[in-house]
Amino acid sequence: MSSQTKPAPTATERKPHLELSGVGIEFPTPQGPFCAVQNFNLKIREGEFVSLIGHSGCGKSTVLNMVAGLHCATQGGVLLNGKEVTDPGPERAVVFQNHSLLPWLTVYQNVELAVRQVFGRRKSRREVREWIQHNLELVQMTHARDKRPDEISGGMKQRVGIARALAMEPQVLLMDEPFGALDALTRAHLQDSLMEIQADLGNTVIMITHDVDEAVLLSDRIVMMTNGPAASIGEVLDVNLERPRSRLELADQPEYNQYRSAVLRFLYEKQQKVEPLKGKPAKQAAVEETDDAHRVA
Amino acid sequence: MSTATTWLKRSRGPLLALLPGGGQTHPATWLKQNWQDLVARVITPILGLLVFVGVWHLGAQQIHTSLGTFPGPAQVAEQAQNLVNSHLAENQREVEFYERQEARNTQMLEQDPDAPVRWRDYNRRPTFFDQMVTSLWTVLGGFGLATLIAVPLGVMIGLNQTLYRAVNPVIQIFKPVSPLAWLPLVTLVVSAVYASGDGGLSRSFIVSMVTVTLCALWPTLINTAVGVTSVHQDLNNVSRVLRLNWFRHVKTIVLPSAVPMIFTGLRLSLGISWMVLIAAEMLAQSPGLGKFVWDEFQNGSSNSLGRICVAVLMIGFIGFLLDRIMLLIQKWVNWDKSAIVR
Repeated sequence: MSSQTKPAPTATERKPHLELSGVGIEFPTPQGPFCAVQNFNLKIREGEFVSLIGHSGCGKSTVLNMVAGLHCATQGGVLLNGKEVTDPGPERAVVFQNHSLLPWLTVYQNVELAVRQVFGRRKSRREVREWIQHNLELVQMTHARDKRPDEISGGMKQRVGIARALAMEPQVLLMDEPFGALDALTRAHLQDSLMEIQADLGNTVIMITHDVDEAVLLSDRIVMMTNGPAASIGEVLDVNLERPRSRLELADQPEYNQYRSAVLRFLYEKQQKVEPLKGKPAKQAAVEETDDAHRVA
Repeated sequence: MSTATTWLKRSRGPLLALLPGGGQTHPATWLKQNWQDLVARVITPILGLLVFVGVWHLGAQQIHTSLGTFPGPAQVAEQAQNLVNSHLAENQREVEFYERQEARNTQMLEQDPDAPVRWRDYNRRPTFFDQMVTSLWTVLGGFGLATLIAVPLGVMIGLNQTLYRAVNPVIQIFKPVSPLAWLPLVTLVVSAVYASGDGGLSRSFIVSMVTVTLCALWPTLINTAVGVTSVHQDLNNVSRVLRLNWFRHVKTIVLPSAVPMIFTGLRLSLGISWMVLIAAEMLAQSPGLGKFVWDEFQNGSSNSLGRICVAVLMIGFIGFLLDRIMLLIQKWVNWDKSAIVR
């Protein structure tokens, strides 16, 4: 939040900013409660970029939605600056996988809706206009400000989604597979943009991804999740690559490839995807695995 | 070709946009490129109509009723002409009446400025076209009232599952009720509640209008509710993250998403309104097209069947026009200009 307007003070940079302690969630189903996520512990520093990676259906989105407040944890809780998260709010802005722009509003109006809602009377008309413009500049979308979402490409929509989220001045930016639906080139572009923006603003980011390269390239830490049901943290990998990072230079660095293969090994050896569950066992195995593999950074 | 385009470029005016091809291509070139489309869109429907008229003409001659042979296209056209003539004649009579009254009164005032002059309204005998206008007003009134009730209520029950469950049985029970069943009830209630005659709307008008409303409510109500429920979950999440309050949520998220469904409902409702109206007017004796048909039926002259046919065609044509108008409004209101609405 403050990081966008003034540089983050170094003293507070290391304090736990967002904390997930013993978070778990059960959904009621006709066959009894279904435990999607269990015993999820994670501390995130201010300005940190954390990726959640895991096989599809493992509960990554559920975790993100609990941080967003869109789902309510049934065990444990999420603390942001020491306060428990109970409902959604603009200080935890979400960038949705399929952009979720309102199709009847222009690019400008979509961002405007967020700005007006978050800042209300605290900004004058002119300030609002400038703030929207500024955020569209951040994602390089000023040229299409009067276009409707169905008139721009998928990558552009996602840029606008990011602008809308950033315009809320969130303390935490939550991204649910933001680039999942994009082609490889567009994705690379957006990843670079995101890195620049994050370097500029120092937002705390939690991003869900399927893409190992994306995770290593962008993250300070990669949280690898075990397969559901009752998913939890399998391993946490610190990515100590120097910033700013360039994808071309990284490709030749041995460390980069080590990080990559660490994640790959986790996904394809330790957590090999069990084929679609007919009767759902694997619950016990997953829990045991998390216990010994878990470590807190 | 090149001379044609230079000619076009030089003389491109606003009128040119009205030409086929929108002034971008020479009309002759446009015709050459689009003749197949033209045949499909214009010629085929006209052929269909012609075939219908032919079958009607031949078929009508085989049907003998107590009022003579069933009218064919020619007789119906003749009756249509008669109806136009009697409308014009009535207009003429009205004009003459006022002229006579004007002349008489000015003469009286000239002789004696304090003379008790009386200005009367012409007691016009409603012609076919007057009745048509009455019908249109009734249907607009009934449909408008239905919309005013159904859209807000539909939004309400669409947003609230409990309310929906509570209201749903009532909707399901009243939805299939025919206007003929409503009419006696409406007539009695309106006579009890509404004192007519004092310059306001006539009682029979109100009765037909309310009957229309009661039958037109349901499609709009149900479609609005469904449209509102089917708002994309992601957009609801956006609304929650932004903490939009109820009104802004409805205004910026719910209503725009539901617009296509609301209009589907409105168009169904308008269609039903128009159909119900004719029946309601027949029974309520409201001076509209329904009454015209009924009166002609009771009248039973040799012209009656032809006139009823004119009315039937007119009713169909107006119904079609009403739907087209609604379609235009839908296109205008819908945010998704690329959507194919038909």
